[in-house]
Amino acid sequence: MRAPLSWLKEFVDIPTNITAQEISDALVRVGFEVEEIITQGNDLTGPLKFAKVVSIEELSGHKKPIRYVGLDCGEGAERFVICGATNFVVGDIVVAALPGAVLPGGFAISARETYGKTSNGMICSGRELAISDDHAGILVFTQDQASVGSDAIEGLQINDVIFDIAVNPDRGYALSIRGIAREVAASLGLVFRDPIDSLRDLDFAETGNGLKAKIADKDTSSVFYLRTMSNFDPSAKTPMWMRRRIEKMGMRSISLVVDITNYVMLELGQPLHAFDKAKIKGGLTIKRSGKVQKFITLDGQERNLDPDDLMVWDDDQPLSLAGTMGGLYSEITDSTTEIALEAAVFNQLCVAKNSRRHKLSSEASRRLERGVDPFLPQFASARFVQLLTAHSSALHVSTNVDGKPQLSASIKMDPNYVSKVLGLDVSAETVAKHLRTVGCEVDEKNFSVQPPSWRLDLHTPADLSEEVARMIGYDKIPSVLPPRPLHATLSTSQKRRRSVSLMLANRGFAEVQSFPFTNQATIDAMGFVGERAATYKLANPMSEEFPLMRVHLVPGLIEIAARNISRGAKDFAIFEMGSIFRSSQRLEPALSPKLDKRPNQDEITKIFSSVPSQGYHVAGLLVGKIESENWQGKARSYNWQDAIACAQDVLNLCNLEWTISRSDFAPWHPGRCAELIVDGKAVAHAGELHPRIVSAYGLPERSVAFAVALSALPDSELVRPKRVGTMPAAVQDVALIVDEAVTALQVEDALRQGAGPLLESVTLFDRYDKIGDGKISLAFTLVFRDATRTLTGEEVAVLRENATLMASKTCGAVLRTA
Amino acid sequence: MRAEEISAWVEQAQAACASAKDLDGLKVVRTAHSGDKSPIALASRALGSMSAEEKVVFGKLIGDAKASVSQFLAAALLKLEAQRDQKILLEEVVDITLPVNRAHRGGLHPITIIKNEVSDFFIEQGFSVEEGPELESGWLNFDALNIPPDHPARTMQDTFFIEPIESGMVLRTHTSPVQVRTMLTQEPPIYVVCPGRTFRADELDATHSPVFHQVEGLVVDKGITMAHLKGTLDNFARHMFGPDVTTRLRPSFFPFTEPSAEVDIYFNNRWIEWGGCGMVNPKVLATCGIDTDVYSGFAFGMGLERTLMVRHGITDMHDIVEGDIRFTRQFGVGL
Repeated sequence: MRAPLSWLKEFVDIPTNITAQEISDALVRVGFEVEEIITQGNDLTGPLKFAKVVSIEELSGHKKPIRYVGLDCGEGAERFVICGATNFVVGDIVVAALPGAVLPGGFAISARETYGKTSNGMICSGRELAISDDHAGILVFTQDQASVGSDAIEGLQINDVIFDIAVNPDRGYALSIRGIAREVAASLGLVFRDPIDSLRDLDFAETGNGLKAKIADKDTSSVFYLRTMSNFDPSAKTPMWMRRRIEKMGMRSISLVVDITNYVMLELGQPLHAFDKAKIKGGLTIKRSGKVQKFITLDGQERNLDPDDLMVWDDDQPLSLAGTMGGLYSEITDSTTEIALEAAVFNQLCVAKNSRRHKLSSEASRRLERGVDPFLPQFASARFVQLLTAHSSALHVSTNVDGKPQLSASIKMDPNYVSKVLGLDVSAETVAKHLRTVGCEVDEKNFSVQPPSWRLDLHTPADLSEEVARMIGYDKIPSVLPPRPLHATLSTSQKRRRSVSLMLANRGFAEVQSFPFTNQATIDAMGFVGERAATYKLANPMSEEFPLMRVHLVPGLIEIAARNISRGAKDFAIFEMGSIFRSSQRLEPALSPKLDKRPNQDEITKIFSSVPSQGYHVAGLLVGKIESENWQGKARSYNWQDAIACAQDVLNLCNLEWTISRSDFAPWHPGRCAELIVDGKAVAHAGELHPRIVSAYGLPERSVAFAVALSALPDSELVRPKRVGTMPAAVQDVALIVDEAVTALQVEDALRQGAGPLLESVTLFDRYDKIGDGKISLAFTLVFRDATRTLTGEEVAVLRENATLMASKTCGAVLRTA
Repeated sequence: MRAEEISAWVEQAQAACASAKDLDGLKVVRTAHSGDKSPIALASRALGSMSAEEKVVFGKLIGDAKASVSQFLAAALLKLEAQRDQKILLEEVVDITLPVNRAHRGGLHPITIIKNEVSDFFIEQGFSVEEGPELESGWLNFDALNIPPDHPARTMQDTFFIEPIESGMVLRTHTSPVQVRTMLTQEPPIYVVCPGRTFRADELDATHSPVFHQVEGLVVDKGITMAHLKGTLDNFARHMFGPDVTTRLRPSFFPFTEPSAEVDIYFNNRWIEWGGCGMVNPKVLATCGIDTDVYSGFAFGMGLERTLMVRHGITDMHDIVEGDIRFTRQFGVGL
């Protein structure tokens, strides 16, 4: 919303010593963000004159049309200038910059020789004067808009400051000069003159039968004023001051009737629509479109109507998309002589839906969506009649009304409530004073507050407390720390996430974050099936390329790895932590309990359980070499063992016991994937990625990855440590030959079981698979220790024997002899 | 045998020790001057053929001479050994500037770092860190926060909806549903911060991302006022942007707070919009079953990406979301 200072001054006496910046600061203080202060005319010096075009000589032989124009600048003698524009004829009034003038941008005007003529000045466009973006042609006026020889800087009201203000959606009233002026006055402590006051008692004589106004469904509109006018001469022109104000607001001047509707809307905030009355059959009725399917709006577009669209109808057909855009059929044309003016307050939601369905956000819909003062239609339509009759031959015929404006309910409040909200002592008198400033009526006896008709956002004491706070100034509120609990801590899972991420970062992993979106092709390429492939679909994805929620972190890591590789990275490890979204449950229709009190426990439980659980995972992808190659030597590539070790380390860090087995699990290599199991639940997978995926995504061969379902990990038990033995350890090596199908873990388990409780540790120190005959050799170091005494050689030999016996019994192991 | 001869031998030994160039040279000196065939040893042996008086006189002279020579040899040995060690250490000098660390450099994503930093700050203030699901019920994300069904924020242009639409499921547009969950499940006093990932249907550009992060704070207790909100934000801003930062509250509008405010910070010589805040709308408290006659509350929220970009001078959102390891690595683990 724009607000020119010159217009604001009509309603507020702003002392000249208050700067534009101070006014801007004042607006910001009361909640109106000033996005830009536009200063017009401060880099423009005259002479700038309105001049009448007396003669036009077309100069031929140039690449573009060039005119040699004779001007009457009120100087007696004719002045000649060269002009490249062609949008004017003899008799038009134009704006001439005379030699000595300096236009915005430091463009000095002087008499000069050009195109073989002497040009004694310049005819200006809107852009050249920095008052509009228009450079299609020069500024053209008629003789009744501006007088020849008069100062155009004054006439065009060029010297002005325009505030561009962001208006919050709850403050529809401030989408008007009236509303902004009220705020400026309140913030600066100045007197506000309400333009409505002079309109209140306007009464127009009935000179005939006008059109009937009707609201078919009272839910769709509260008030409908319909003023019928006749005897309009369509050649009437918009007065210069009005045109300039409309332009300063960022709109274009169109015709007198349309300009007045816009002017009144900008001034007061009430959207108006003028129909060509000759096109109307019968009266006007506000009702929904129903069965009508097509409608052409005045921008010439044919629109497919929704039965729910709110329209303004005559007796036969809809003529306007209510509060949004008029229809082409009944629009004001240059032959319109009878006018029907609609000033209505439509239901906010109806207009919002009209606007959204047709992707039409107009100046009118913006205001009506946010809410318009129901008392305004009367005054705004009266203002229209006042202006139109003052600037044309038009006559008021009659005024018809349907609906009646209602004030919103008054609010009972405890004036102390404001102090309680703000943490600042505010007396009841001060509360009342500030509420009156914003337009409320306050009965101080029982503190009943009647919000003004234009404040549709004030319903509760909390709303009123904000008004008081705004008027006092948020900067007056002290800064005090609240009383706080003495202690808080991260939860176990939060601490685990931190530790895991720090561990990975310290091991050379770079953390990345990817968008949690995917597509079916990716899910299929990864080989996910069944419940691991099922996910939720976005109704409105960012792009059709990624319409699904991710089911796993590794695909995102692959995509990011590919991006890094495309940018030149070769050897690296990355990880991501985040939610995955497997559709573990069907989504049921939403429950919508009432909001005035806490839903019952059953409803709360249902709402919470309607949200599917979303697993929280960590995953890593390791590509290329495990370390950089440099003068120290070559480096090996990451391998499946590195990925499994990472997954194990995550579990070790969380102090969890796990078992391991091989798993055929996407997206890993079916023979090179480990599954880690905690409390019988598979919580992690790691190993080499499936070769098909590695090649499909252009990753280095044998890239490896791990994933751990952090949210599936149980809390670790309280540690109850064993005493640390201080007696000497006895170390025994044993080499066993087994079938290659026997796993190291099976042999290790057998050794542990056979050796008994004195075994402290087992370490596989050698694995040899070149024996042939389907056999391999596994060599272990066994460490025995008794807590209380030194073990004898004989005892240790027996323990070792027991261990190998168990290995041979359960795994078919044979002791390897040199 | 004369006394002068003996002292000459000692002087010769001293000179020889001093001139020995290395430990091998000293070995030769030792043999020559204190070995079996050295003049002093020969003289010592000759004592046997001397008279008793002579034995007393020369015995002492020779004994003193032997002691002196031993001292010279020991001192020379010490010196030459030190010399030898010195030489070896010098020869063993290496170029310690050679690149030695071959391990890949890791790092945390800066959003994780700033999330941890914010969480730690508030934990020190006695706030707990609450989290909630990203795919969230529309009732918790909108209705309970006084955002009615027809609110513009609930259109397809702003919010990601999950099929089927009737389920009302959305990707949460802010972390505020965590506040609602907290109020529905905990009794006041409530002091929580909720950092997390949020979603809005914005195109990715230099300053926007459809997937971003917020941190919100919520306090519900007896006697909580807007002054407490201001105090908390001032403290928080100083922690994030340094002791010289100034904050400013500006009246604003959010359906879930009343009064509402924008919080701006004055940082690097300009006012920057940092986040939104206000007193929790009593309607929201009532929906969550909190007695508004007894309790009041404040809430605030800011974007973590924005905070990060302002503080670190990051000019393009793409760097934050693309996962380029060169970006992450610059942040280390945030220490």
